Amino acid sequence: MTANTPNTTALIPEPQNDLIGSGQEGGVADQFRAWGSRLRQGEMGALPAVAGFVVLSLLFTFLSPYFLTERNFANLLTQAAELVMLGMALVFVILLGEIDLSAGVTGGLTMCIWVVLTDVAKVPWFLALLIAFAAGLAIGAFIGFFVARIGIPSFVVTLGLFLGFQGLELIIIGTGGNYQIQTPAILAIMNNNLPVWGGWLMLAIFVALSLATSLWDRSRRTAAEVPNGPMALVWIKSGALLVLGGIAVLLLNQNRSSSIIAIQGVPIVVPVVLTVLWLGTFVLDRTKFGRYVYAVGGNAEAARRSGVNVVLIRFLVFVICSFLAVGSGLFSAARVGSIDATAGKDIVLSGVAAAVVGGVSLFGGRGKLVHAAVGALVIAVITNGLGLLNLPSGLNNVIAGGVLILAATIDALSRLRAGGSLFRR
Amino acid sequence: MDAPIIELTGVTKSFGPVNVLRGIEFRAYPGKVTALVGDNGAGKSTLIKGLAGVQPYDGGEVRFDGEPVELTHPRDASRLGIEVVYQDLALCDNLDIVQNMFLGREETVAGTFDEGRMERQSSEVLRSLNVRTVKSVRQKVASLSGGQRQTVAIARAVLKKAKVVILDEPTAALGVAQTEQVLNLVQRLAAQGVAVVIISHNLQDVFKVADYVSVLYLGTMVAEVPIAQTTYDDVIGYITGSKTYTPSGAGA
Repeated sequence: MTANTPNTTALIPEPQNDLIGSGQEGGVADQFRAWGSRLRQGEMGALPAVAGFVVLSLLFTFLSPYFLTERNFANLLTQAAELVMLGMALVFVILLGEIDLSAGVTGGLTMCIWVVLTDVAKVPWFLALLIAFAAGLAIGAFIGFFVARIGIPSFVVTLGLFLGFQGLELIIIGTGGNYQIQTPAILAIMNNNLPVWGGWLMLAIFVALSLATSLWDRSRRTAAEVPNGPMALVWIKSGALLVLGGIAVLLLNQNRSSSIIAIQGVPIVVPVVLTVLWLGTFVLDRTKFGRYVYAVGGNAEAARRSGVNVVLIRFLVFVICSFLAVGSGLFSAARVGSIDATAGKDIVLSGVAAAVVGGVSLFGGRGKLVHAAVGALVIAVITNGLGLLNLPSGLNNVIAGGVLILAATIDALSRLRAGGSLFRR
Repeated sequence: MDAPIIELTGVTKSFGPVNVLRGIEFRAYPGKVTALVGDNGAGKSTLIKGLAGVQPYDGGEVRFDGEPVELTHPRDASRLGIEVVYQDLALCDNLDIVQNMFLGREETVAGTFDEGRMERQSSEVLRSLNVRTVKSVRQKVASLSGGQRQTVAIARAVLKKAKVVILDEPTAALGVAQTEQVLNLVQRLAAQGVAVVIISHNLQDVFKVADYVSVLYLGTMVAEVPIAQTTYDDVIGYITGSKTYTPSGAGA
């Protein structure tokens, strides 16, 4: 210790080397052990969902010869895209312990606006799309205002919009109305593929991004002279991403057409979803806004006392959710190829289910975007697999519901194991 | 003796017809622990909220480092380096220690977090407080014991280079060992030159760590006395109003 100076600037001593641990110590084996102990303590993240995805995939592979084919793999991804997008949108509000029941119909309504603008008013499709996304922002701002500023529970506000927007869709489209989408660019999102080299380029970019952020973090830690985890771990992580992504791209690059015209390449929607996932994760993990979302979700009063503008954060998550919900609506419309007056009515609860199955806590404060993405894949694989088995479609919802309850149970039990009470909060 | 860093003279506060503070005198010294004791309703919380700028005083003078100051907003207190650690610690369970300590004032590079620097500073502050019980600064606060949480809350205040740290009942919900931990922490804080004000109902704790004890009784400061010059029974007497303090010899 240095001399005892009663000067408060001396509170932070000269850098010494006996820092408190940071969980980065030890080799790869230690890191894996630490990870294992975190799992046992209940911090399972998306692991149960990943396991569920693998088990279900194996099951369907066993039951149907069509499941594990290049064509079905591409189908699965495009079918899942709208749910992945909606799940990610909902994560932002769920992290605050809020809910947006109108997220599905927000996508539907804005697509109704889009199709009427392009089809009837002959507005250029791109301008109409901008208007649709702007409408999404406006809807989010509306919800955010009533929840954050006026203080109405989000459940009530968005339930109101859920009903109201279905009515608006009917008014805009007309009962029984159905608009075919004529814009090739929109249809292309779901129906066209990247060229073969494009898929590899996409993979290279995401692996490079992952590697670059890891190295950046390490460089900051080195600059601050705090210990870094083993470098081998970075290589393992990037290597796993490269191998798994490589297998996926390779499969998607095979010709999956049964006719003469070849269909091959990564569906365009895949890089779009991955970009949103990466950007959203970046914002949540590395910016003040993201940190404050978690803080408000964990303890709003603590965040307020720390100078966080809680009202603003609460407002913004609804804006982001509605904005991304437009993307989900767009995927859905492009996949189906048409828009009718019930667009987006049924998907919202599946979106919530996707987030919960993936390991996002409805109480707020816990969860990541990737959790919702994995959860959405689990639900999509159930729909896809049962469809291949020609089972009655009612079974689909029964099983999806069962998986949801199972996932929530795993979450609750893991928290119980972590020492908390089952009935906490 | 050092000059007081905080000096209240004739401070008053009333809520409607109820006079909660009736002309309070109060001093806190750098590097010393001042215990603020008094029965429920004596005005301790009101006194603290005034210093924190949460509930400004109605009248009287506040001097900080000899200069008269206005404390009308939490920002004013924060700017002067007055930090209050409230009884409900206001930490986010779902964030780790570093994230909690830096909440609202994160270090960034190009708009993104400089986690390395934040981790370093958190680690150093905890070390400077001689904290040995925390295994990793990347632990979630949910996994910490009551004493460790108190430690994080106090370290959070220190991180802001606080000159005055006011602790509201820091040991109220703690077990014996953890109380000991926190009391040690309070002494180390003072040893670093911080003026510590500790509110407590536990006179044992007060006699263990405090250099001065100030006793509030029904909105008046009935005693301000160096701990060495008083006894347990006397302080109880002042708190309950059954004894009156008469400065003996001191300065007279």
